[in-house]
Amino acid sequence: MIPTDISPETISQHGLTPEEYQRICEILGRQPTFTELGIFSVMWSEHCSYKSSKIHLRRLPHQGPCVVQGPGENAGVVDIGDGLVAVFKIESHNHPSFIEPYQGAATGVGGIIRDIFTMGARPIALMDALHFGFIDDPKNRMILEGVVAGVGGYGNCIGIPTVGGQTVFSRHYANNPLVNVFCLGIARRDQIFYGRATGVGNPVIYVGARTGRDGIHGATMASEEFDERSEEKRPTVQVGDPFLEKLLLEACLEAMHSGLVVGIQDMGAAGLTCSTCEMGSRAGTGVEIELDRVPQREAGMTAYEIMLSESQERMLLVTREENEPKVLEIFTRWGLDAATIGRVTGDGMLRVLQSGTIVAEVPNRPLADGAPVYNRPMKRPAYLDEARAFGADLVAPPRDWEQAVIRMMSSPNLCRKRWIWEQYDHMVRTNTLVGPGADASILRLKGKERRLAISTDCNPRYCYLDPAAGARAAVAEACRNIVCSGGTPLAATNCLNFASPENPETMWQFSQTVDGIREACQALGTPITGGNVSFYNETNGIGVYPTPVIGMVGIVERESHITPAAFREAGDVVLLLGPEEVSLAGSEYLEVFHNRVEGVPVPVRLELEKRIESFLGNAVREGWVRSAHDCSEGGLLVTALESALLAYPRLGIELRISSPLMPHQALFGEGPSRVVLSAPEQNLQKLLDRAREMGVLLRPCGRVTSLKEVRVVYNDADILSVQVAAIFETWDRALESWLQAARMNETTDEHR
Amino acid sequence: MMLRVFVTLKPSVLDPQGMTIQKTLAGLGYSQVEEVRQGKYFEIRWAGDLSAREERDKVETIVARVLSNPVIEGYRIEWPQEIPA
Repeated sequence: MIPTDISPETISQHGLTPEEYQRICEILGRQPTFTELGIFSVMWSEHCSYKSSKIHLRRLPHQGPCVVQGPGENAGVVDIGDGLVAVFKIESHNHPSFIEPYQGAATGVGGIIRDIFTMGARPIALMDALHFGFIDDPKNRMILEGVVAGVGGYGNCIGIPTVGGQTVFSRHYANNPLVNVFCLGIARRDQIFYGRATGVGNPVIYVGARTGRDGIHGATMASEEFDERSEEKRPTVQVGDPFLEKLLLEACLEAMHSGLVVGIQDMGAAGLTCSTCEMGSRAGTGVEIELDRVPQREAGMTAYEIMLSESQERMLLVTREENEPKVLEIFTRWGLDAATIGRVTGDGMLRVLQSGTIVAEVPNRPLADGAPVYNRPMKRPAYLDEARAFGADLVAPPRDWEQAVIRMMSSPNLCRKRWIWEQYDHMVRTNTLVGPGADASILRLKGKERRLAISTDCNPRYCYLDPAAGARAAVAEACRNIVCSGGTPLAATNCLNFASPENPETMWQFSQTVDGIREACQALGTPITGGNVSFYNETNGIGVYPTPVIGMVGIVERESHITPAAFREAGDVVLLLGPEEVSLAGSEYLEVFHNRVEGVPVPVRLELEKRIESFLGNAVREGWVRSAHDCSEGGLLVTALESALLAYPRLGIELRISSPLMPHQALFGEGPSRVVLSAPEQNLQKLLDRAREMGVLLRPCGRVTSLKEVRVVYNDADILSVQVAAIFETWDRALESWLQAARMNETTDEHR
Repeated sequence: MMLRVFVTLKPSVLDPQGMTIQKTLAGLGYSQVEEVRQGKYFEIRWAGDLSAREERDKVETIVARVLSNPVIEGYRIEWPQEIPA
């Protein structure tokens, strides 16, 4: 190996501290080569090593009777009965989506799909949790349009439905978009595959797209060795190819189901480096590869570039010697490049050769799992006391109720997201029983009675005002959404999006969040089977809200249990399930009308949440209720309206509320563990009796009407009477109108 | 005045379309086609006087901001012959 003189600048450009560099030298017993330095820098990056978050993530509950595989593999696996498992995970692609929204989002989708099929599962559904700044700013508008097109473009081309998700707008996501993609796959329990390079002497095969200079870390490229390089060799954004990934998906599943695969892993972040050393580390083996055999798209790539390339649509698999020709035959038949690039060895080393010379030789275990673990300093953020001191419930009520309702329903976070999900094919594969816009989406398992329900949730405002309580609320809401739809929550994955971990206030938020998720997951019996942490989501010192997106998977025992959020029959009683206590703190109302995110939101009581979900699940499965809709953002009136709007243009609603609160508190105030139900009159007594038995509050609060009108009577006073059509129009078109207005303003600005 | 604009992917950026074209051509027996990189071509009829610096800057702005995606694409403008490069 050529000894390299590595300067302190090169080390810091690789994102490594002097102490970390020292540790590398100790592991190797010498100075690293330049390629080795690159290899360590990507494996020990925050993204791959979780060095700031690991110490906290250990507190999450990973165990449960349904869990087949928890964190540490490419995706979590849970048993769903009938000899099947659900394989699922959520992952972020925030930074790439900021730089190049279309390709960033598209390759995010491609990456999570590979994580699922690498486990031997067929991906059946995608969901996306998106967070953007307000689109009046052209940059944010372009990010929104690009990201949505990218998610749709990749998912639609590969033929996996995007069945739901969530979209949140806040100024805290300006220039810090969050693009979190969830993927669910199905496999047979006896056909799960792991990323392990077992069996000394087994061939290591590279399959899929060729390697180019995609996505090699910008910081590293600025280092000495690349200084004289021409413009042409500068790092580039990864571009995805969904059609190629479709071939890769089919070829991999074929190879796996033919019993030819010993271990398999996708090449995502840190590409060839990550897949080789992780597969070796998990199996306790070594991997030796010869870079000249790696299919390459460009001429003259260095070892450093090949090892660090993040070219998309590539996989690494290990097979037995005798099956090597069969594996190569399958991939060739699918029109894909496949080449044996090395062998599994017994010495635990990642050995990289180029033109017969060793260019890197690093022990797998410390490389993959030996990154330093930091217990970074934590400090309760300074903003909290001030933000929480605000008397949110003292704000003025709206003057005109009709205008207030229209303004709420057309606000960025409450308006219909049709413009987004209409760009997604949410029906392909014909398994989507309930698609976008519902509490949870529901997927058919062909030939089986059981259905799967999935939901992604997080209210970042609550997390900002109290990270632990916000995290508990996110888990509780995700569970409640599954129960509303007719399912039983099973297990969850999380995507933790935060600002810089080097800021003690962020670390405090992170630690609190993990505690909140742990408590809620334990109380509600939904283990976390894996996920992803994304730090450094901040621009010019402004960080994102702490945003722990929870992706929940549940089981619907029978198709007849599926319950919509939409009202169904005129004359049905409308009921509010859940506690009385509400507040305008951290509410949509407070942000929309007073531009404030302040106060102390009502915290969820997990024991009560569990009882409410148990009552609700029972009522839904018994068929006592005709609709169930989670009452969260926007409060009671918004939730009840949504149930009417989803039934548009058939039905209206008459709400009759008696409350000691001010009307805007009662109608727009938000509280945990609440659900708006509708049920036929003849089931009312049964429901009320059962609620009393179980110790949960259930109050009739109006009726579904055939008048196509929204009427609200508050403490016997008529405060609102408006046509459903008027609200539907603004709710349905708000996002498109906002986009059009933003585009128009930009054009006008340019002409000035 | 007529000007021509070529927008092409930067080198190193994956070009799935170009690769598909190359594969298709190879399938048709044109084995000499080693690589294809596809791009966009624009003909723009310009009403202003392109010998003026400000007018040419406007063209540059349009090409850089609207016709190409600077993150993954580069461009080349072919000015009318009477305009010095």
